[in-house]
Amino acid sequence: MTPHIPPLNAHVVIDKPALQTLFDALQTAGYTLIGPTIREEAIVYDEIGRIEELPIGWTDEQGPGHYRLHERGDGRYFAYVVGPHSWKKYLYPARLTLFRTRRQDKSFTVETGEEPPPKYAFIGARGCELAAIAVQDRVFLEGPIQAATYKARREHAFLLAVNCTEPGETCFCVSMNSGPRCESGFDLALTELDDVFLLQVGSQIGAEMLAGSGWRPAGAFELSHARRLLAEAETQMGRTLETRDLPNLLYDNLDHPRWDEVAERCLSCMNCTMVCPTCFCADITDVSDLSGENTARVRVWDSCFNPDFSYVHGGNLRPSIRARYRQWLTHKLASWIDQFGTSGCVGCGRCITWCPVGIDLTEEVAAIRGEG
Amino acid sequence: MYAPQTTTMAPEPMMPFPALITDIKEEAPGVTTYALEFEDTAVRQSFTFQPGQFNMLYLPGIGEAAISISSDPGQPETLLHTIRVAGNVTQAIARLDVGDVIGLRGPYGSAWPLAHARGLDIIMVAGGIGLPPLRPAIYHIIHHRQEYGQVTVLVGAREPADLMFPGEYDAWREQGIEVLPTVDRADDSWEGRVGVVPMLFYSLRPDPRKTMIFTCGPEIMMRFVVYEALARRVPKERIYLSLERNMKCAIGFCGHCQFGPTFLCKEGPVLSYNQIEPFFSVEEF
Amino acid sequence: MSEGQKPRLAVFKFASCDGCQLTLLDCEDDLLAIAGAVEIAYFVEARRRMLDGPYDVTLVEGSITTDEEVERIKEVRRQSRFLISIGACATAGGIQALRNWADVSEYTQLVYATPDFISTLAESRPISDYVPVDFELRGCPINKGQLIELITALLIGRQPRVPAHSVCLDCKRQGTVCIMVAQGIPCLGPATQSGCGALCPAYNRGCYGCFGPAETLNPASLGQQLITLGWKEADVSRAFRSFNGYAPAFREASEQFEK
Repeated sequence: MTPHIPPLNAHVVIDKPALQTLFDALQTAGYTLIGPTIREEAIVYDEIGRIEELPIGWTDEQGPGHYRLHERGDGRYFAYVVGPHSWKKYLYPARLTLFRTRRQDKSFTVETGEEPPPKYAFIGARGCELAAIAVQDRVFLEGPIQAATYKARREHAFLLAVNCTEPGETCFCVSMNSGPRCESGFDLALTELDDVFLLQVGSQIGAEMLAGSGWRPAGAFELSHARRLLAEAETQMGRTLETRDLPNLLYDNLDHPRWDEVAERCLSCMNCTMVCPTCFCADITDVSDLSGENTARVRVWDSCFNPDFSYVHGGNLRPSIRARYRQWLTHKLASWIDQFGTSGCVGCGRCITWCPVGIDLTEEVAAIRGEG
Repeated sequence: MYAPQTTTMAPEPMMPFPALITDIKEEAPGVTTYALEFEDTAVRQSFTFQPGQFNMLYLPGIGEAAISISSDPGQPETLLHTIRVAGNVTQAIARLDVGDVIGLRGPYGSAWPLAHARGLDIIMVAGGIGLPPLRPAIYHIIHHRQEYGQVTVLVGAREPADLMFPGEYDAWREQGIEVLPTVDRADDSWEGRVGVVPMLFYSLRPDPRKTMIFTCGPEIMMRFVVYEALARRVPKERIYLSLERNMKCAIGFCGHCQFGPTFLCKEGPVLSYNQIEPFFSVEEF
Repeated sequence: MSEGQKPRLAVFKFASCDGCQLTLLDCEDDLLAIAGAVEIAYFVEARRRMLDGPYDVTLVEGSITTDEEVERIKEVRRQSRFLISIGACATAGGIQALRNWADVSEYTQLVYATPDFISTLAESRPISDYVPVDFELRGCPINKGQLIELITALLIGRQPRVPAHSVCLDCKRQGTVCIMVAQGIPCLGPATQSGCGALCPAYNRGCYGCFGPAETLNPASLGQQLITLGWKEADVSRAFRSFNGYAPAFREASEQFEK
């Protein structure tokens, strides 16, 4: 029997509990489901299997250096924005063995570092996060050399995206043109309405996963309701970032006194770079046993705020916090565009929320622009 | 379902290939040249490089270091790397002997613009360990001598014993290359010039319409080279520098070697001055 | 290392609690490998047989607090090729360095029935204040993984990889949610050197600064934030003035917020 599946690009609705049938279909198809769930007083990304593990009825209150969970008292599944984790946790793991060597006589052999990774289904990726994945695609897949470990994770990843209807206090995706609506790069894009989920079918496999969901074509009321929610969301951004001529603004102000001021506050603790969904800097280091016979070459997340980051024999090229913050911000907002044809910032606001002292890059840029 | 149950993995691009040390030659105090040959015949025979490019040298358990290739690009089966003992990896390499094996991958980075330099005069300016990355370019010019105009190599070192490859200067001169060495501090044996390398410019009369500059050495020296070259009206886009940063992956993934918009491992290490001018004088950039 | 022989390892203790030495015994499986790779020549806690120097690698635990210890550390230095100070006491003076802000004779009068028998220096100071130290392993106590890394590096012949960055990097790499941002719990992690594996934040506790100041830190800004989260200036001062309170950067911070 041919399963009953919707056509590509169709808009369909399912009852909210039917989301479980989608989870089940993905698991049957061999996917490991990763999605939002509550842990350590935050909404993190972790392995899930059932819809009850989603933060149903919860929301997040965010501000500079501030994050708190609150119960909403309703049954909303996706009424929060992005948390401390991003999908790079899975696509670009914080710690990964690239290869192993084993000494043999005077020579050595080289073996692959890890088993092929699982197929991931990412549940609840937001517009800014799809944009962030697209940014990392450019870094790791669209240059002359492809990052094998990233590719193996990325090319089979299933993306169930979610349109943001309630942006947070540190969100500015509208400024970065990355949300709140998910425009492309998803298998399914979900908009949460009062009683149902509206789903846009973005791929054949996305359509197939809906076979057992009891989907029906979306009606005009549901479509217009979703449009209205997203239009409202666009006006509710907690922050804005003026991007006009941003690269030149920063390049022309490399000696601006604002760098000294932000260095007074910046802890050089690296949190902004760790929570950023596009930051990709890594260190590659050897882990060997006492005999030195067996060595693993391991890649770990690194940061331009790490004192060791810019060390060349003889010294650190960026010893001051000022120079490190300037490197980070100019890379993110200016040189990234030269390097990859896109901004390194997607407006998710994580670096603002998770900075322990609440440094806000939109404020820093405005100050350099003379609007502070 | 048509989607595969598991994913597949392409080979890791940072995997090294074992290479045999076939010769070791001490060049100067603390500076040694290692001749390396890939153990795998296919890898060895398919390897080519351009003057100015570098390889990653790996010692399991110790780590990896970016080292420029200092040998003749016409003979890529034996690769020379001239190494100054500086960090963990170079210290460990210094303990190796002929017959030992190290990991090697490459070549990476940009090259001296020898194609663009055809028909032009070239002034190479090298300070200390800056000459090894230029030597492949010298060999290339010797092999294609009629394609280039006047070629001058300015070589500086702290002391006479620190000069790189002094035994080859006469051979280069025989091929019509002017070689002008200088040292910061002379000793009794030294009869040549004394002073920093950029001072050698004072005796040159480069024709700015057809001169190209290649320079590699300490950043402070290269600043003066740029200054002297610009003072002689050599255009920015014909002044090339080889820069150094902390290179970890060599393929643009790790972010360590960024210099403004450039990844020195990909677009560099050889860059023209007009590419880097806005950032070259910014402190701690 | 001496040719053809195993390198000789010694462990010496000064003013300390023994916890760092115990970390070596705590290495379990790796301890067997270490015992196979080196000759344990002097280690009072581990074996009865005590061999005289010289030693290739000497681990020194504890701070210097008496005249006798000053002389003893000089002799240990003379007998040691590599001298490595281990733990907060040896690298920063330890918790006993709290006396450096007080009057020691007053303490001895209060604590001991016959204070005349007590001969002690006015301050507790790190090993490096008295003899050159080749490497320092931080921590209260030191971390097992870092100790094994140190011994491995010495055996292989490279610099030990002991990162100087903050605890935050470890929290983030292991996916721990920031307790300061998500729960408002004061934490010294942003100013403290990595090494413990970011243990406390993973258990909902703020970092105590056991590994001392990170290479780059901004205690003034962090302290202000801790005050925003509800601490008083004196709390901030006390937090910086604990196991590593006498390490210069923490010392300055504690004095800055003491006023």
